Amino acid sequence: MAKVKKPTNGLNREAWLVRDLFDEKKLKQVPTRNGYGEGLVEAGKNDKNIVVLCADLTESTRSLAFKEAFPDRFVQMGVSEQSMASIAAGMAMAGKVPFISSYACFSPGRNWEQIRTTVALNNTNVKIAGAHAGVSVGPDGATHQMIEDIAIMRVMPNMRVFVPCDAIETRKTTLAAAKLAGPCYLRFAREKSPVFTTQKTPFKVGRAETYRHGHDLTIIGAGPLLYEALLAAQMLSHDFGIECRVVNMHTIKPVDVKAIVLAAKETGAIVTVEEAQAAGGLAGVVAETLALTTPVPMERIGVPDRFGESGSPREVQEGLGLTAPFIALAVDRVLQRKLGKKVPTVPAHLVAARERLEIMQREIFNEALARTPRKWGGKKPDASLKSRKKT
Amino acid sequence: MPDLTQGPKVRQPLHLHDKKLKQLEERATAIREDLIDMLVEAGSGHSAGPLGMADIFTALYFHVMVHDPKHPDWSDRDRLILSNGHICPIRYVAMAHAGYFPKKMLMTLRKFGSPLQGHPERERLPGVETTSGPLGSGSSQAVGLAYTALLDRKPWRVYCAMSDGELEAGQTWEAMLFAGRNKLYNCTFIIDRNNIQIDGTTEEIMPLEPLAAKFESFNLNVVRCAGNSIRDFVTAVERAHGVSEKPTVIIADTIPGYGVPYMEHDYLWHGKPPAPGTEANEAINSLRTLGGKIVSEHE
Repeated sequence: MAKVKKPTNGLNREAWLVRDLFDEKKLKQVPTRNGYGEGLVEAGKNDKNIVVLCADLTESTRSLAFKEAFPDRFVQMGVSEQSMASIAAGMAMAGKVPFISSYACFSPGRNWEQIRTTVALNNTNVKIAGAHAGVSVGPDGATHQMIEDIAIMRVMPNMRVFVPCDAIETRKTTLAAAKLAGPCYLRFAREKSPVFTTQKTPFKVGRAETYRHGHDLTIIGAGPLLYEALLAAQMLSHDFGIECRVVNMHTIKPVDVKAIVLAAKETGAIVTVEEAQAAGGLAGVVAETLALTTPVPMERIGVPDRFGESGSPREVQEGLGLTAPFIALAVDRVLQRKLGKKVPTVPAHLVAARERLEIMQREIFNEALARTPRKWGGKKPDASLKSRKKT
Repeated sequence: MPDLTQGPKVRQPLHLHDKKLKQLEERATAIREDLIDMLVEAGSGHSAGPLGMADIFTALYFHVMVHDPKHPDWSDRDRLILSNGHICPIRYVAMAHAGYFPKKMLMTLRKFGSPLQGHPERERLPGVETTSGPLGSGSSQAVGLAYTALLDRKPWRVYCAMSDGELEAGQTWEAMLFAGRNKLYNCTFIIDRNNIQIDGTTEEIMPLEPLAAKFESFNLNVVRCAGNSIRDFVTAVERAHGVSEKPTVIIADTIPGYGVPYMEHDYLWHGKPPAPGTEANEAINSLRTLGGKIVSEHE
């Protein structure tokens, strides 16, 4: 964090974000998990003790790259996440640096207690890589959309928690975790998301980075939704002259307390943004820090105490109120509160999300039903089914 | 006392007459065709497992189980627990055919707001019994249901469909210990022994054989059957019903992707549907040659 208050507003040039930040066509879209695969191989070259364990999800967690580069140091676990955590602990006690890879809903979802006792309490050098976290998993539905992981991992002593925002930062996080001694949790997403940082973007464990300067309020984000925060900030500046500071809190634990306090003192209002349960997640750690140090009005964008569901990644994100327009509504509310004005009991961004969800679901559902073929009781010819059409 | 107000009152003998067998086989083919149609519409979802289990799900819903599609919460229904939730497309199509919900709902698989979620959810679709997807917890829930049925002296039975890959999850074996110890004869585990999982074949990932011996050592009755033969599977269920001392495991040797030659035995078809166009057309065409006449087109 900058020690001297910047007089300027707008993007932080020292953050070295991509040049075409708001140009949809030029912005590269890559899933964060790709950065994990690349980081693993690089870390594996630097340190012969690094081993990778995977629970039957080698390709989709991107552990495959490591398996191909170092077949002898890759361990196939099968569908055994619980023993994977404890076996990794055993390997760590013998000097290895194990990365255990699965979907976040299984690891740390399924094996939380094994991680608690044999990794965290044991204080073994195990890195837990949770892929497919967040609701952007999409069509697979709620069972596979892990949104409680940040909350359950950040309350564990000895554990560090990282939520990188794009593929490049994920690579940096993986390399950093490999060098740290002790347990780490790394969170990735399945879906492609904008690559908006560069190799030159500063990254240091436990230090928040300011991506945009602003004096009206601060948006603290983690993970790929940070890009939505930048979009919202850009729109608010352009349309309303509201200047948001945007901070990347990639390390949820140990959290950068100074950055939160500074943001509270200098901007007087905070909005958090994450693709996880708002309760206990990034919002949880920021709220706790503010309450203990410098209480200022705070609003949160996150999953509102419900499970996700099937749908396309963008639909689910939008229907749950996680995209830029909802961030703008939360900003409006936090500014009203900062000015001491009365605000409705139920935040407008939650009401708007609920309305949007209903409209979207009705439209999507009806569109599908309108195409029902005769054999399933509809009016369209069976030949109109996608499976029957010649292309 | 059993609740006799709804559903069929008596468990019918399972013996299969030739005519009934033919009907079931035709039904299985129609179900497979609807399955491919549905998966291609959805654009994502699992193919190999559902195709391999089509015969067993047809037999369960149209011959074996005592159930009432119009009253999915009838308290004395047989329970079908699907532990490997990712093969839910086959359950959805079988349920639509049985009359649990209108077939037009198949158009909505995996779409935003649909009751047909990518992995099944108990709260969203009456009749799916449990929410599943994360592997290894279905057998424990089945055991809990079966234990309660015996405790309350209820006549219903529990069938638990499981994959072979999920036997790698330790929880399965905790459930088997409990099932054996409590002699849950009303509980039948049906293992889709198709030898594939996401990363490869089960025998290269984490060998399971000798599988029957493992279950036997846990005090379970083991029956092995050809999972793509409806007659063989029904005979296996008859054997399970005939044992009143132990729970039964039916190890059903199935062919993943059965009915679509280019998918059969190929683990790469575990988690994706055919692409629209040539791939999907070929899948539909190969299914049509499987059983001859397609029931659904002549209804």
